Amino acid sequence: MDKTINQKAWFLVLPVFLVVAFSAVLPLMTVVNYSMQDTFGNNQFFWNGVGWFKELLDPSTDLGGRFFASLGRNLFFSLVILAIEVPLGIVVALSMPRQGWTVAACLVILALPLLIPWNVVGTIWQIFGRPDIGLLGYTLNAMGLDYNYVSNPIDAWVTVIVMDVWHWTSLVALLCYAGLKSIPEAYYQAAQIDGASRWAVFKAIQLPKMNRVLLIAVLLRFMDSFMIYTEPFVVTGGGPGNSTTFVSIELVKIALGQFDLGKAAALSLVYNLIILIVCWIFYTVMTNAGVERKAQAEEEPAAERMPAGVLQPAMALKQKEGVA
Amino acid sequence: MHSIPGRRVIMALFLLFLLLPIYWLVNMSFKTNAEIVSTMTLWPHTPTLQHYRRIFTDESWYSGYINSLEYVVLNTVISISVALPAAYAFSRYRFLGDKHLFFWLLSNRMAPAAVYALPFFNLYSAIGLFDTPWAVALAHCIFNVPLAVWILEGFVSGVPREIDETAFLDGYSFPRFFIKILVPLIASGIGVAAFFCFMFSWVELLLARTLTSVHAKPIAAIMTRTVSAAGMDWGLLAAAGVLTIIPGALVIWFVRNYIASGFALGRV
Repeated sequence: MDKTINQKAWFLVLPVFLVVAFSAVLPLMTVVNYSMQDTFGNNQFFWNGVGWFKELLDPSTDLGGRFFASLGRNLFFSLVILAIEVPLGIVVALSMPRQGWTVAACLVILALPLLIPWNVVGTIWQIFGRPDIGLLGYTLNAMGLDYNYVSNPIDAWVTVIVMDVWHWTSLVALLCYAGLKSIPEAYYQAAQIDGASRWAVFKAIQLPKMNRVLLIAVLLRFMDSFMIYTEPFVVTGGGPGNSTTFVSIELVKIALGQFDLGKAAALSLVYNLIILIVCWIFYTVMTNAGVERKAQAEEEPAAERMPAGVLQPAMALKQKEGVA
Repeated sequence: MHSIPGRRVIMALFLLFLLLPIYWLVNMSFKTNAEIVSTMTLWPHTPTLQHYRRIFTDESWYSGYINSLEYVVLNTVISISVALPAAYAFSRYRFLGDKHLFFWLLSNRMAPAAVYALPFFNLYSAIGLFDTPWAVALAHCIFNVPLAVWILEGFVSGVPREIDETAFLDGYSFPRFFIKILVPLIASGIGVAAFFCFMFSWVELLLARTLTSVHAKPIAAIMTRTVSAAGMDWGLLAAAGVLTIIPGALVIWFVRNYIASGFALGRV
């Protein structure tokens, strides 16, 4: 769609710009300000230049070591939950009932974890997982597994990951379900006539149609897992030791716990920069995908985006309908 | 829509996985603390409403729910009302820096709340909004406004441009066209956007906790009080948790028919 050039449109965007600038730019300036200074309390600040950044990016110092350790843990966590949630979400979306009241019921239950406050999610899993009072912890221990997320780092990790899968797989599933619902019935009929296997239908029809929503899902999940704070904080408090201390937890520890404003601000800026870069990559991929799609659709309007094998019967079908 | 073999079993197992922890929370909330600590029971053997009674009669407890709802509603109203015109502008016009602005907005949706906690504290203390619902509502705008713009832009783009042109030819002024024609056309989109604003504002705790101390304290922050010298008050904690799930469940029930398309943010 070609848009008209109209600079007056800025007036329509102005309120958004002001609201977000007030909440984003002003605080960010404060952070930049802090990141260059050192304080010894009493609101006295001293110029420290890029000192904090040097320390932060040098893994041999205390600050740098903590930063890289938490960053590594966080990246690992994000990759693991993406590797679980995306395939599981697709499977769940494919398992949705076709019609009737069960659809609404499934949707409501799926969406339920998404609307629970994050610290309550933590509380739920804390109560569920504790060996003494929790169903999960009690059952596992009764089965002879020595499960205790408070003292064992591996158990803590498993708990945090299962909790995130519980919390967010629904988002992926609902997005995929929306993508699946937009596939016209004719595609499936064509595939059936073609004798396509279940796997072929998935690969040639369903997956390409879900492409775009999957990209949104991966973007949202990566970003949100990369800045996860509340849930692991409530359940494990970042422990045992530092084993589940993610970047946000580390940051809050430094900023609000030790009140090391300079270090915290430097960490904030680097953290923000990483997120900005990842966000930009996704954004570019997404817009490019949109442009390519549009170009493709214009080139071969009848073909839409279907692979040749499935395509011909679909056309044949349409022609038949036309004759009838 | 065509599904996979064994789908009923998969769906049932997944729903069970989702519901089991929630059931456990509900179960706990009806038990007495003595029962929770002493024995392992799958359902409350001596069901009690004492924890709920405590929450509904103690002002320091139930005011938390009111505070939370207050800033969530404020935030949703602010987010939607500033995002609507912007979504229209992004959908219909090209203007100086539009793409950069859109990206900048999106990047704010992704910014970690932990980064902003301390600066927000300073900012809102300086302008005297600290410990009011306004502070939290405005702070949550940083991620909700971009999201609302993003969702609404998808829905506005779904409205054919001819409708705008016809309306202007018929002599509608811009504000009148906006309110009388565009808003009703994308009503379901506005509903979806409001749902998302509600959701993300309701579930966020870090900023809400940092920006309040006494008068506007959200329920999620009050819940942390159940840790006392006598140990955890598990039953009370569980009851408070159950009550935080209810508003969300109600909202889902109202938008259940739009959830599927809504989660694709209007752009499948």
